Amino acid sequence: MASITLPWVQRDTEKLSNYREKAIRLLAFIALAHIPIILGAWFLLDPLSTKPADLQDSKVLLVPPLCLGSIGGMLLFAGAAFAIYAYELIGRVLSAPWVAFIIFIGAIFGIVIGVWLHAEILMTVQRDWMPAKETSVIPFVGIEYDHTVQSIYQNNLEGKSVDFPLIGAISIDTPILAYLMFPLQFPLVRDLVAVGGIIGFISLIPGFGIWWERKVAGRIQSRMGPMRAGGWHGWAQSAADGIKLAFKEDYVPPGGDGVLFRLAPYITFIPPICAFIALPFATAWVFRDLDVALIFILAMLGIEVMGVILAGWASNNKWSVYGAMREACQMVSYEIPMGMALLIPVMTAGSLSLTGIAEAQSGGFWTWFVFVNPWCFLAFFLYYVASLASCKRAPFDLPESESELVAGFLTEYSGFRWSMFFFGEYVAMYVVCGLAAILFLGGWMSPFPASSAEWFIAQANIENGMLQTLVKSLLAANPIWFILKATFLFFVQLWIRWTLPRIRIDQVLYACVQVLLPATMVVLLGNTLWILGVSENGLNLGWLIAIDGIINKILAAAGVLTLVGIVGIAAYGYRNNKKLVGWLAVDQLPGK
Amino acid sequence: MADVILESQPDINADLSSDQIQQQDLQTEEMLVNMGPQHPATHGVLRVVLRTDGEMVLEAVPHIGYLHRCAEKIGETVAPYQYIPYTDRMDYLAGMNNNLAFAQAVEKLTGLESEITERTKLIRIVFAELNRIASHLVSFGTYGLDLGAFTPFLYAFREREYILDLFESACGARLTYSYITVGGVTDDLPERFVDITREFLDYFEPKVHEYNLLLSHNHIFIKRTANVGVITAQEALDYGLSGPVLRGSGVNFDLRKQPGSGYEEFDFNVPVGQGEKGTVGDCWDRYIVRVSEMLESVKIIRQALDKLDGTEGQETLHKKGKTLKLPADEIYYEIENPRGQLGFFVRGNGSAIPDRVKARGPSFCNLCVTEKVCEDVLLGDVAAIIGSIDVVMGEVDR
Repeated sequence: MASITLPWVQRDTEKLSNYREKAIRLLAFIALAHIPIILGAWFLLDPLSTKPADLQDSKVLLVPPLCLGSIGGMLLFAGAAFAIYAYELIGRVLSAPWVAFIIFIGAIFGIVIGVWLHAEILMTVQRDWMPAKETSVIPFVGIEYDHTVQSIYQNNLEGKSVDFPLIGAISIDTPILAYLMFPLQFPLVRDLVAVGGIIGFISLIPGFGIWWERKVAGRIQSRMGPMRAGGWHGWAQSAADGIKLAFKEDYVPPGGDGVLFRLAPYITFIPPICAFIALPFATAWVFRDLDVALIFILAMLGIEVMGVILAGWASNNKWSVYGAMREACQMVSYEIPMGMALLIPVMTAGSLSLTGIAEAQSGGFWTWFVFVNPWCFLAFFLYYVASLASCKRAPFDLPESESELVAGFLTEYSGFRWSMFFFGEYVAMYVVCGLAAILFLGGWMSPFPASSAEWFIAQANIENGMLQTLVKSLLAANPIWFILKATFLFFVQLWIRWTLPRIRIDQVLYACVQVLLPATMVVLLGNTLWILGVSENGLNLGWLIAIDGIINKILAAAGVLTLVGIVGIAAYGYRNNKKLVGWLAVDQLPGK
Repeated sequence: MADVILESQPDINADLSSDQIQQQDLQTEEMLVNMGPQHPATHGVLRVVLRTDGEMVLEAVPHIGYLHRCAEKIGETVAPYQYIPYTDRMDYLAGMNNNLAFAQAVEKLTGLESEITERTKLIRIVFAELNRIASHLVSFGTYGLDLGAFTPFLYAFREREYILDLFESACGARLTYSYITVGGVTDDLPERFVDITREFLDYFEPKVHEYNLLLSHNHIFIKRTANVGVITAQEALDYGLSGPVLRGSGVNFDLRKQPGSGYEEFDFNVPVGQGEKGTVGDCWDRYIVRVSEMLESVKIIRQALDKLDGTEGQETLHKKGKTLKLPADEIYYEIENPRGQLGFFVRGNGSAIPDRVKARGPSFCNLCVTEKVCEDVLLGDVAAIIGSIDVVMGEVDR
């Protein structure tokens, strides 16, 4: 790799290489120092012994950290030493086009699969664990538990194997797994693991979202977007930005309210993350399956505005106050049509629980609420517009409108605090898109009816159990479908942002109070009457049911056509990507 | 004691009606806000002091002078051909037009005008009109930016890049050209210039249609600009406005249509604000005049390029340009710059160095209407109005 030479920096290359060698030596020494710990622990604890006398619960505290953790630690330090030793090689590999792409996609899928596996294990644990004959008690603390290491091993692992599709059966008959599964019987531990998974996913959203937004903006504006950081299409751009922001000056304006100024980013940053507590990714793929999940999420999104107002007020800057006031009036007014538009699918499904609402849409894409009747169809667009405004995305990005308010409430923020606002904003965007996906687009349901999976398995004659699970989850219900739908709606937000100009503040309020609010009221009323006319317990009007069926088919066909159109245009653009696309698909660069 | 004091105070609300009392209670505090000199919407170092009541702007006073570089005083110390690079730096988006104005003023003063060849005149027109397109592209792009539409800006700059490439091929510079100089142009056209320019025009003309689809007829854009910042024709004339700002108000006046402008043989229209989307003289009219002017410039360039074909081999730089003695006389000469009428006043004293050089900048004169238009508008409108007046601070402050 070419090194950057700055003429005004006197670089002592010899000294630098000394530091490098020292670091490699130190890391290698630490890695080697793990070996006696591992050997000693292995010898004393004997984790592979299956004798009942050796499977003691007290060893749970020692086996995972000493026997497995030390191996991980050794690999980590050895890896760090190798990375410093062979950084040139690693840099070359990372900047090779396809390697970086594979690593990038692999990292995303790795985390998704990790979360998936974790959920599978939890489900197995809850389903298959047999209660032991007697309860044990943790000494000193006094917490009772049902499953000892011995019972877990004997009931779940002894002589068992997992049938992988291509590799074949792999035995899981090892007591180490029992030691690892032991803590999962405590709800607190399960919650902590789930929080880890959720935070891992949430951290991906802004990182991926910002990079993607810049790429989408670049494509829309007939340029490339980030291309350097990392190699393949600037995939490491968000990481580079994050590192840059973390090292920037942390400026707190003198004369402002220092405490509130420091507090505000957290108040904006934490509520959207809390919304993920109740946002299901699939059935049983939710941290807490609340009965009032929808209201909880709306409440969490509503708190976000407090942080913005505090930020504007504490900045001691007139532009910031303007931004904060705009955000306040915009958010408060748009919460109403947004909430009312969300009531429509709630009414159609007859449940406030997000899981229940999604389950009601499992019969193929024509039963998704967006297509189910004309009022729900309208409600989807009303909700989407209101959600744009509540996320302060263009064309409603008045609180931070650059050309009017410099940067609005963000004017005085810099560095890490500034990036926290963005983190919160992108997560909130994903939450509102996820809500739209669950309430209107069938959530984690695939576009095919649930019975299609069994039909396919029967037709293709699949016998492998794991393969059957995979087919079922892909053709019936899977978190991947939820993530895909939410990400598509997220993309539409980016698309709108880079296409439309900004609305003026009086027009924003006009659009809410004079247009969206009456429209949602009419749609709510219309939906109520429609359901009353169609449902069997209601009026059960035959002619209305017939119209309902026809309109449902028409709307579903329109939805399919829209998707085909988008994909077709995208494919046309990709095919002509060296030209200026449009109906003027002409070659670029006159005179060359 | 306390009762006495209370009684002796007059009741301040005694002679107010209940409506007035209510209004007094509701009244909010006014706030003075500095918009600029470091503000993204003010196109450079313009500072506008806003007196605001909430989102309403009650008064907007522009303050200028942050980019003053004594451009006129320098004119009294250097010969005209040395002053040409300084004119580039006035309206840095339309360097060619500035060069042209000063060069033609000096040529008229010294009588060199009659010796300028036909080819030189045509080259000057081609470059002036190309630069008009480039300047209007920046104006169009940044106006979208002012209203929150980022994408048209990049499209405008993509096209402007080709024009700058053409300029670079002719004179080596991309911003401050000094190409049109006293006595002609510094160099003849490079090889294939005419063909490449024709190719560019073929490419560019349909693009304007794309801009209209993308921005001009966008519903939100129209809502933001129509009926905003209306300048009536009378007001425009009273304030001495010129260029697209004047024509946007419905006044059909273009110096290029006046006799003696050098454009007599060219066939083109003067776009005038029609009030198509709102009132005559609103921001949308001023904006659409610029977009339509780009198409008219394309027409002019096409005609000029056709005529250029028959003038191969003519002299393009008169040798007298660098050895001029200015007569003890004075002249005021104006041309139509992208932003309006750019005039130069030059007074000679018999030596090579003028006694006085004075510029009449269109941006400076157009800016004075800001205070009038920005009364009782919303904060977002201020950006729209300043953007539609399209000032270049380099020329306002000089």
